[in-house]
Amino acid sequence: MTHSIPKNRPQDQKDYSSLTNRRFGVALAGFMLVAMAAIADMLIGPSFLNVFDVLAALIDADGAGDPMAVVIVHDIRLPMTLTGLIVGASLGIGGALMQTILGNPLASPYTLGFSAAAGLGASIAILTGFSLGPLSAFSVPVAAFSTASLAAILVLGLSWRRGMSAEVMVLAGIATLFLFQSLQSLIQYMAAPEILQEIVFWVFGSLLKAGWTSVRVSGSILILGCLLILPNLWHLTALRLGEARAASLGVKVKPLRLRVFAIVALLTAGAVSFVGTIGFIGLVAPHIARMLVGEDQRLLLPLSGVAGAGIMIGASIASKLIAPGAVVPIGIVTAIIGVPFLFGLILKQRRAYW
Amino acid sequence: MTLLVKDLSLSYGRTEILRNITFSLPAGCRAALIGPNGTGKSSLLRAIAGLQPHGGTVSMLSGERPEDAIAYMPQDTGTASALTVLEVVLLGRLRSLGMRVAEKDREAALEALAVFGLSDLQLRTLGHLSGGQRQLVFLAQALVRAPAVLLLDEPTAALDLRHQILVLDIVHKHCREHGILAIAAMHDLGLATRFADQIISLSDGSILATGTPEAVLTAATIETLYGVTAEITRTASGGFAITPTGLSNPPGSQKERVSA
Repeated sequence: MTHSIPKNRPQDQKDYSSLTNRRFGVALAGFMLVAMAAIADMLIGPSFLNVFDVLAALIDADGAGDPMAVVIVHDIRLPMTLTGLIVGASLGIGGALMQTILGNPLASPYTLGFSAAAGLGASIAILTGFSLGPLSAFSVPVAAFSTASLAAILVLGLSWRRGMSAEVMVLAGIATLFLFQSLQSLIQYMAAPEILQEIVFWVFGSLLKAGWTSVRVSGSILILGCLLILPNLWHLTALRLGEARAASLGVKVKPLRLRVFAIVALLTAGAVSFVGTIGFIGLVAPHIARMLVGEDQRLLLPLSGVAGAGIMIGASIASKLIAPGAVVPIGIVTAIIGVPFLFGLILKQRRAYW
Repeated sequence: MTLLVKDLSLSYGRTEILRNITFSLPAGCRAALIGPNGTGKSSLLRAIAGLQPHGGTVSMLSGERPEDAIAYMPQDTGTASALTVLEVVLLGRLRSLGMRVAEKDREAALEALAVFGLSDLQLRTLGHLSGGQRQLVFLAQALVRAPAVLLLDEPTAALDLRHQILVLDIVHKHCREHGILAIAAMHDLGLATRFADQIISLSDGSILATGTPEAVLTAATIETLYGVTAEITRTASGGFAITPTGLSNPPGSQKERVSA
């Protein structure tokens, strides 16, 4: 070899497996942190249970502890916390996928109109008193799920005709966001005060709507979404080099975008249909994860899920502490909790990611 | 192993980009694809790589499927990503990558990095490299696929003089040693003659001339291709010096050729 590249800083000579191990360690630490936060979340609530009663109720499923605490923990706090974890993880993973397939740091399920569409569906259902008869508990979630899917189909249909280009998808998504937001505002403007209040409560996004049903349904959708994405992890990583390079490596970009977009639609609709609109997490959780573990999607996607769940639980704790005895809707708190954390990370990082 | 391109044609909508492109190139050959902007050089490379629907056929004499044998390196458009250099090179083995990176894939990637003298940069992120280093990383990515045919789109665009020579010399050496057929779309005719033993010149979507640099790079061909008059002299070292002397049809003149 006659030519050589000038040697760079010696710390670059560490080998790849130590980097992978360090990243894996960061991901694991994040996971543990969120698990502890989740337990803390269950200790806090408007009914002032003491720590031991809550822990006893959590560990002992047979109800040997204080029966009141057992009921509160099992029927209210545990499903709320689990729903929070599931919704946060779904939005975090959905956001990471969206940013990757669109090559755009501003893409998220929220900025592409899915949440607004779910909000419109829910508003219509509340306004019209739409009911699924015996399954009336599902009425609003089903309506929200349907309109979110409709928004996804709208964006996909438009993009498909234009060769699934990332720019068209982003533009179509943002247009959809405004369309569905306007329609929702129109409904709110026309609704009677008591209905308006109900709609606004839904739109804010709150874990008070959570229960074991939301855990089962949203949880199943999250698991399904993760399984569907598994075969595409390296293809998604390749896409971070740009469409032309990914294609040159053998990635079929159009079908991949279509498939992943559909999975994101499913994840988002599954997440917001029960608890309502929650913005910010889908946008920011992937950025946090990317700063911590880089672009390898094998680690980025799980950690985006963990970061999303973490922000959600942090917001849940804060929403209960802001006004003791009451619970501020979590959708209002997510950004207030998440932004300082994000800013801190941005200031600490030396690398540029986009 | 010979690459055969027969009657290749390509259109974007109603606009015909390439027509009747026919040539064959043997293993170990290094070809430069030259021609003015917009004449279809990139489209031809993409078509050969199987990334662009086209008419005609692209095949390998060995019977290998072209998509298994061909590695294509797109023009560098300043890709900035937080992927590390090693990850970028690993992606060259996309087809065999699973949840765990196999030892042989990692070894191959490290080896390719060593060929280009990039071992020290393996944990750097792509966004932190200079244009020249980035280009070498993408070359390593293409070569880690162990291709029979390497297609390069403007491999030296935006590189300084040293890196232009560095990149082309490494490709030259590697291809000769491994019997790889390399086809590079190039603008710099001086570099093209240094790099290539075959020149394919494209004009308005079809082949104007193919052959050795001596045969193709004549004053007449250069005037037809670019509308530029030039003096061509052999240098003492055996290379070419192409000195443009002016435009054969200055803007505003009746015969001015309009090329996209």
